[in-house]
Amino acid sequence: MIINAAAGSGSKSENPRFAAMPESTNQPTQKLSPSEIPLEVHDMTVAYHKKPVLWGIDLSVPPGSLVGIIGPNGAGKSTLIKSILGLLPASSGWAKVFGVPARKNLKRVGYVPQRESVDWDFPVNVMDVVLMGRYGRLGLFKRPSKADRDFARECLDKVKMLPYANRQISNLSGGQQQRVFLARALAQESDLYLMDEPFVGVDAATESAIITLLKELQSKGKTILVVHHDLGTAKEYFDHLLLLNMRVVAFGKTSETFTLDLLQKTYGGRLTILSEVAEAVRERGQ
Amino acid sequence: MNVRRWITFSLLCLVLLPLTAHASSIGDLSDTSLGEQVKRFLSLKDPSVRYALLGSILLGINCGMLGSFIVVRKLSLMGDALSHAVLPGVAMGFLWNMEKDPVAILIGAVIAGLLGSFVVNLITHTTRLKEDTALGMVLAGFFAVGICLVSMIQRRVQNGNQSGIDKYLFGQAAAINTDDVFLMAIVTISALVVMGVFYKEFLVSSFDPGFAGVSGLPVKFFHYLLMLLLAFSVVIALQAVGVVLVSAMLITPAATAYLLTDRLHRMISMAMIFGVVSGAIGCFISFLKPGLPTGPFMVLAASLCFFGAFLFGPRHGVVMRWWRQLSRSHKVQRENTLKAVYQVLEEREFKGEGVSLRELAQRRRETIEEARQQSLALVRNRLASLHEDGNLILLNPDGWQRACAIVRNHRLWELYLTNAADYPADHVHEDAEKIEHVLGEEVVRQLERRLDYAKTDPHGKPIPSLDDLQRGSGISQHDDLVGYGQN
Repeated sequence: MIINAAAGSGSKSENPRFAAMPESTNQPTQKLSPSEIPLEVHDMTVAYHKKPVLWGIDLSVPPGSLVGIIGPNGAGKSTLIKSILGLLPASSGWAKVFGVPARKNLKRVGYVPQRESVDWDFPVNVMDVVLMGRYGRLGLFKRPSKADRDFARECLDKVKMLPYANRQISNLSGGQQQRVFLARALAQESDLYLMDEPFVGVDAATESAIITLLKELQSKGKTILVVHHDLGTAKEYFDHLLLLNMRVVAFGKTSETFTLDLLQKTYGGRLTILSEVAEAVRERGQ
Repeated sequence: MNVRRWITFSLLCLVLLPLTAHASSIGDLSDTSLGEQVKRFLSLKDPSVRYALLGSILLGINCGMLGSFIVVRKLSLMGDALSHAVLPGVAMGFLWNMEKDPVAILIGAVIAGLLGSFVVNLITHTTRLKEDTALGMVLAGFFAVGICLVSMIQRRVQNGNQSGIDKYLFGQAAAINTDDVFLMAIVTISALVVMGVFYKEFLVSSFDPGFAGVSGLPVKFFHYLLMLLLAFSVVIALQAVGVVLVSAMLITPAATAYLLTDRLHRMISMAMIFGVVSGAIGCFISFLKPGLPTGPFMVLAASLCFFGAFLFGPRHGVVMRWWRQLSRSHKVQRENTLKAVYQVLEEREFKGEGVSLRELAQRRRETIEEARQQSLALVRNRLASLHEDGNLILLNPDGWQRACAIVRNHRLWELYLTNAADYPADHVHEDAEKIEHVLGEEVVRQLERRLDYAKTDPHGKPIPSLDDLQRGSGISQHDDLVGYGQN
């Protein structure tokens, strides 16, 4: 309740500041029917321990785009992905995947969580992990079939990890672990992929292998959103950028959004008022 | 001599120990001897023995299976808290109609267990306290209530000790009757069925709950299903193991299996086997003498299994690791000796026969005796032979090859560091001393290619080529007084 009220008043007072943002770059997608839009987010607000971290996010991702989500630490990049997927509860707003509420259309979403989010000493091997990507399609009760195994093997081959299929996952390097997660997402055979920091702690060879794979997926018409922390490579990797700092600073083609002005707005001190209000809301909440 | 005396003494102790223990109890129970009890147990004629054993086996299966999930989900403390939290429920179930009715006790215990985990959740979600603190408090608090209730029951019931309620503290397998075994079988079978049906769901939601959620699985539902099964298995284990130690039967067999395998399904089967074995052993030992509690012996047996895996596990075992380290250091030692022999031969441009112990000792800056020990190690591994009363070392073809390979590794690595990594030439020796022993053939070939098949190292010494390696083995064995380094 408190959060919603605060978020409302917050966005009212903040909105004029963002009136000049190039949200108009979304326009091409508006001609599409809702079922053709891979991801649409409307007025999503998320709070951690009563402290708002995302304010009124609006987003409409055009099909076949490779989107980099960039912003400073604590901007809510991972939070955005998790709340779209329903892993974190949003206090208001909704997310739709191909025109259907995201939670009911998860079969069309592939997910690569942060590498540190799991225990790599867990007693499974590489093949077991990739097969998990098939579970969503299998449904309850069914065991993975030979076809599923063959498909998982293909996915492993795509990330060049097939020789490691029977390795226990703790014996892998960081880059190899990331490739396994990617193979698992490929095994999900989705149309929309959400990836949380896939380039963190991987070697240069893995990084270029991953980006080649992402571009290949994109050429097949898949839509991909990637949380990214490296501004240096953002321009060359992605054709769309989502500049995020607690709210959408800008979203659009990289050529239009990767500008000094907008990056300064994302990383600079522009948002101090928002964080102050968030702090005040938290204090009132306690 | 001394060793043999010690062995005799300890064997004697082992034989006499049970006898002395037995002697002390003759006063109160003269009609049973240890041998008879063993016979009675193993013949399984006695129905109470059958029930106790069957109960212990079911308990082992159940605890091993659920314990595996508890361990990989890092919920071990939760198992401990849950097992202590059920005690008030057990007492309430007993108070229901003042007798040991398994179903009433099961219901009471499950309610108390779920209430306990609810309180833990409540504390962690509404206060700043973290889960471990909440678990610790709930564990002790519920247990205290349980102890009060139990002592109350014991006072209320005329012959309190016969009520059997006290058996719930440390466990008494002998107190298990038909109804208990029936209930245990139902719980175990249903747990097995649930796990069999939902194995992949439990696997993915344990490994990566976020991903499981995105795959459309009701992660919370499976968590609570697991907690419910856990509560059931704790309750049926109570009679045999007791409230205090039941969490050990959950965790220890699973932890043992965790050390031995890298796949969850194998871990579960192994944990079940360890659980069954420890359950049966505990049951057997407690049967030998009246009044011996079952739980501690089961847990002791499980802990022994763990200790064994800890020491002798093939991959993570302490002894095996120590053994691997030892054999590695011996290998390094031998390779260093071979390298020294090569260097001596190289200094005299591969002229002359073998290398004398004196030369080797000088080269390695060691005593003659140390050099002798090292050359004997080479002989034991069929890398060299000793001649002239053990004073002259001649390398075998294998030894020559190995020596060439080590020198080659060393010099290639030095060259690589100076050329490719821009190390100064006087910084590379120490590093190469370590790296030379771990370079595989494949890497060495790569290094060679990178370095354009260079002929000399940064210090100007020739790098042995693959041809040199083969030439060594090409010289006939018959002429054993000719050093293999000779051209």
